[in-house]
Amino acid sequence: MSDLLLPPEERYAKLIEEKFKQDGTELQILNLGPTHPATHGIFQNIILLDGEKVIDGEGTIGYIHRAFEKIAENRPFYQINVLTDRLNYCSSPINNTAWWMTVEKALGIEIPKRVQYMRVIIMELARIADHIICSSVMGVDTGALTGFLYVFQYREKIYEIYEEICGARLTTNMGRIGGFEREWSPKAWQLIEEFLSEFPAIWAEFESLLTRNRIFMDRTIGIGGISAEEAINYGFTGPNLRAAGVDYDVRVATPYCSYEDFDFEIPVGTSGDCYDRFCVRNAEVWESLKIIRQAIDKLPEGPYHADVPDYYLPPKEDVYTNMEALIYHFKIIMGEVPVPVTELYHPVEAANGELGFFLITDGSRTPYRLHFRRPCFIIYQAYNSIVKDGMLSDAIITLSSLNIIAGELDA
Amino acid sequence: MALDNITIQKKLQATFGEAVVDFHEQHGMLVFEVSHEKAHDIIQFLKEDEEMGFNFLTDVCGVNYAEEVESRQLAVVYHLHNWFENVRVRIKTYLSIKNPVVDTVSDLYKSANWQERETYDFYGITFKGHPQLKRILNVDTMESFPLRKEHPMEDAGRTDKDDRFFGRTVHNC
Repeated sequence: MSDLLLPPEERYAKLIEEKFKQDGTELQILNLGPTHPATHGIFQNIILLDGEKVIDGEGTIGYIHRAFEKIAENRPFYQINVLTDRLNYCSSPINNTAWWMTVEKALGIEIPKRVQYMRVIIMELARIADHIICSSVMGVDTGALTGFLYVFQYREKIYEIYEEICGARLTTNMGRIGGFEREWSPKAWQLIEEFLSEFPAIWAEFESLLTRNRIFMDRTIGIGGISAEEAINYGFTGPNLRAAGVDYDVRVATPYCSYEDFDFEIPVGTSGDCYDRFCVRNAEVWESLKIIRQAIDKLPEGPYHADVPDYYLPPKEDVYTNMEALIYHFKIIMGEVPVPVTELYHPVEAANGELGFFLITDGSRTPYRLHFRRPCFIIYQAYNSIVKDGMLSDAIITLSSLNIIAGELDA
Repeated sequence: MALDNITIQKKLQATFGEAVVDFHEQHGMLVFEVSHEKAHDIIQFLKEDEEMGFNFLTDVCGVNYAEEVESRQLAVVYHLHNWFENVRVRIKTYLSIKNPVVDTVSDLYKSANWQERETYDFYGITFKGHPQLKRILNVDTMESFPLRKEHPMEDAGRTDKDDRFFGRTVHNC
């Protein structure tokens, strides 16, 4: 039996004994997590330490595993949206939209251009909210709380936009098959405009607090680095991959939702260390702002949802007065919608990388199989090899710079 | 020359013959089935052959086809991606539910490591040669493989929730 199959503490006990016999060094085991103030989520890492140096580590995951793939096999399509909220809960609208796009592709529904642009706006806002958290928390982990408190106000403003659009803040359950559940209110547009006019100055100030800050640079440059080859081999996508210098972005490689209509850059780093990840995310925020501006300016006229009565709920007034509408309403709520037998994989660029839904339908009202390709789950397996031979305090900052979200890790 | 689905199909058929079957396109993606003995070799070929160049393993997951014959009840699905030509393929390999064993691809792509552990965890598929094949999301003491169709979603003793009304399939409606 391979040693790796043993629980890490047994494996390390052997190593400690050997090392002690060899040269008298006393290694120690540190159990970091499952809940620890420095890890921002449910992560347990059992780490073998030599003083403050990390010799080896093994992560235990699954503490918030909720069996979404099993639940999804027993729920009609519209009820699965609330499960996707809880994957990467820092940017739920991206997950929601990705799920609707997967279903729409399976059902062969054409989406009006206006809906696509609105989805782009909300997805980019979600990306900004996600990057705000990651970048500012990196500041916190290096001892700079100011920037975090400063930009979190603007994450709050994004949540107010969500609230205006769908009524919820964190787990948004936004959209329906074919579009949005209601027209965006003038208030929502006004909030987006306000955000676009106020946020750039704040973000520039946040960047000037940290980007050329001597302490921050010393703490992050050359820490937690990964080469481009290793990153690809480990299945990295998103900002973590681009920080290593690979310009792969799903929005450009396989455009969805009209991303080909917008003009934006893909920021890349060079060394793949914590500092590059920080810089890539910050630059992405600027690109997202550019995309939102273009989408608002170019927003076409049109409806806020596709005309698909088989899948899209009729207005409630009609349900009470019109027989047809009542039938559709009942059938949609009970999940009795026509579903073709098909299978497809649909990727989108989520805040952390390529989020993919692999859906198999068998013509019934529930998926036969739904698999989530969660970027965090795949990225996190490289964590222990990245932090090996570094300092314990660097391991903490590497974890926050990878932006591992526990909800997406465990599904 | 741009890599297209026909080229991939022809080259695979010329190299592996009967081990690759059932080529078809779904939503523009080439899908094919490989025999489980050859799965590792074929993925290695797709990765290392210069013309193929599938440098990225996007996803590995299991599927339980409960209505199929016994030798095809489990499947492992690989999604590979060639970033240079931007081509994706889906590879399926069917396994028997009695003895589901397939070679690991974690020696080719490190990203397969946890994904195969997850597949083992939920479907009980053994990946031969995997360095650390143990449960990952479920507790180590768990005895069943929860994503198999035979495993009920909820405790059968529950009376407050009738799953038939949610999990109705073409077969029981």
